Amino acid sequence: MEPFLDVLISKANYWTYIFLMMIGLYGIMTKKNMVKKIIGMNILQTAVILFFISLGAKENATIPIIEHGHDGAQSAVTVAHYINPLPHVLMLTAIVVAVATLGVALALVIRIHQKYHTLEENEIIEMIREP
Amino acid sequence: MKNAALLLVVILGGVLIYGSLEFPIWGDPLSPACCHVSPYYIEKAVEDTAVPNLVTAVLADYRGYDTMFETIVIFAAGMGCVFLLRTFQTKETGSRLYRHIPTGITIKIEKKGRFPEDSQVFERIDSHWVPHDLIVKTTCRLIIPFIQIFALYVIAHGHHSPGGGFQGGVILGAAMIIYSIAFNLRAAKRRMNERATVILSTLGVFIYAGIGVICMLFGLNYLDYSALAGLFGVDPVMARSHGILIVEIGVGIAVMAVMVTLYYNLASAGKHDEGL
Amino acid sequence: MIWQIELIILIIVMILAVGALSVKDLLGAAILFGAYSFMMCLLWAIMGAVDVAFTEASVGAGVSTVLFVAAVFRTSRRTED
Repeated sequence: MEPFLDVLISKANYWTYIFLMMIGLYGIMTKKNMVKKIIGMNILQTAVILFFISLGAKENATIPIIEHGHDGAQSAVTVAHYINPLPHVLMLTAIVVAVATLGVALALVIRIHQKYHTLEENEIIEMIREP
Repeated sequence: MKNAALLLVVILGGVLIYGSLEFPIWGDPLSPACCHVSPYYIEKAVEDTAVPNLVTAVLADYRGYDTMFETIVIFAAGMGCVFLLRTFQTKETGSRLYRHIPTGITIKIEKKGRFPEDSQVFERIDSHWVPHDLIVKTTCRLIIPFIQIFALYVIAHGHHSPGGGFQGGVILGAAMIIYSIAFNLRAAKRRMNERATVILSTLGVFIYAGIGVICMLFGLNYLDYSALAGLFGVDPVMARSHGILIVEIGVGIAVMAVMVTLYYNLASAGKHDEGL
Repeated sequence: MIWQIELIILIIVMILAVGALSVKDLLGAAILFGAYSFMMCLLWAIMGAVDVAFTEASVGAGVSTVLFVAAVFRTSRRTED
């Protein structure tokens, strides 16, 4: 019991990020509406970005902008004083790609609605199947 | 379908949770993510590039290739949206709605008929017209210049504070979008029409790629900004700082144009005649 | 950082994510998604990622919500799902 509680407390926040990812994945697979699928895709993307950002955190460390004194001189830069900037850089690109795919996905949704006048997946499949 | 999806999600979640038992403790300064390349970035970024904001320095200088292709991705998304949605209606089949101002009667004219643009009694309206709202229009007219100045500050001050090219570009695009929402889409198109958005987005990508080519013309590697030292007359460290600034301006211009393009095409479903 | 605030915001984020996928009104789903983006931005700001939080605040809670509302406006608003 005791080691299980230790594991739970130390790794619980990773489990919440995985739970959020699974909510997004379930939304993509199960929902029949196109817009709900796109919302699920974005939830999955932001949950993955949240997981990566949490890898770069350090205890008692400050934001990754080098501080300088009032006369312009730089204080000594210690690595343990600043949090890791590398995941932030990679996740900035990921957010840009997320908004780009959101724009194209919504354009596709509007086009589908112009042709079939509905957004539910089962109705569209029936319209395609009947001759 | 739902039961199968639920089972799959539970199994996948279980596998990931089992994998997460091997992860380092949250906030560990000696975790593998913090030990290999990032100590070099933290210690040497200021003496290499004179930029205190580590994220901007790594994004635009050490990892400049990724940012260039990210700019190309967002440009491609804007172009994809235009190709998917844009339809050019022939003017003969369009019908317009006009409203007689003194009496409030709405008339619909088919088949290319139209009133002159500066008619005093007839104004052209959208199909979901609302009356003239003084508060929204005055507030937007007062606040848009400050939004744009703040966006330019975010781009220019990206070296010392959180921000940079992408954030400033999105805020500039948002200023144009709020103008289009408060007033008409046609009023916003008079300020920034379709040709301007396309030219600006390509200009942004060209600035970024062009800086790389200029660095190559001076004899160094592609996107190695210390080659610009001869061009600006400063030492290589400050040349890298200036190169980062120029590249951020290019990214900002491209992102602003693409955000405006996305809004124009999505809000009017490609026809560019009436918006939200 | 302060684990109490982080815990509360994580719980709010999960409730908003489940809510954005369950409501039957697509405009409500778009607005809930905007609120979810904003709570994510706060979470990243607590973890110290200020650049990423700035980007998510401007993109997710700004332009992305407007694009969703524009798409919902041009298609249908109700769904039975």
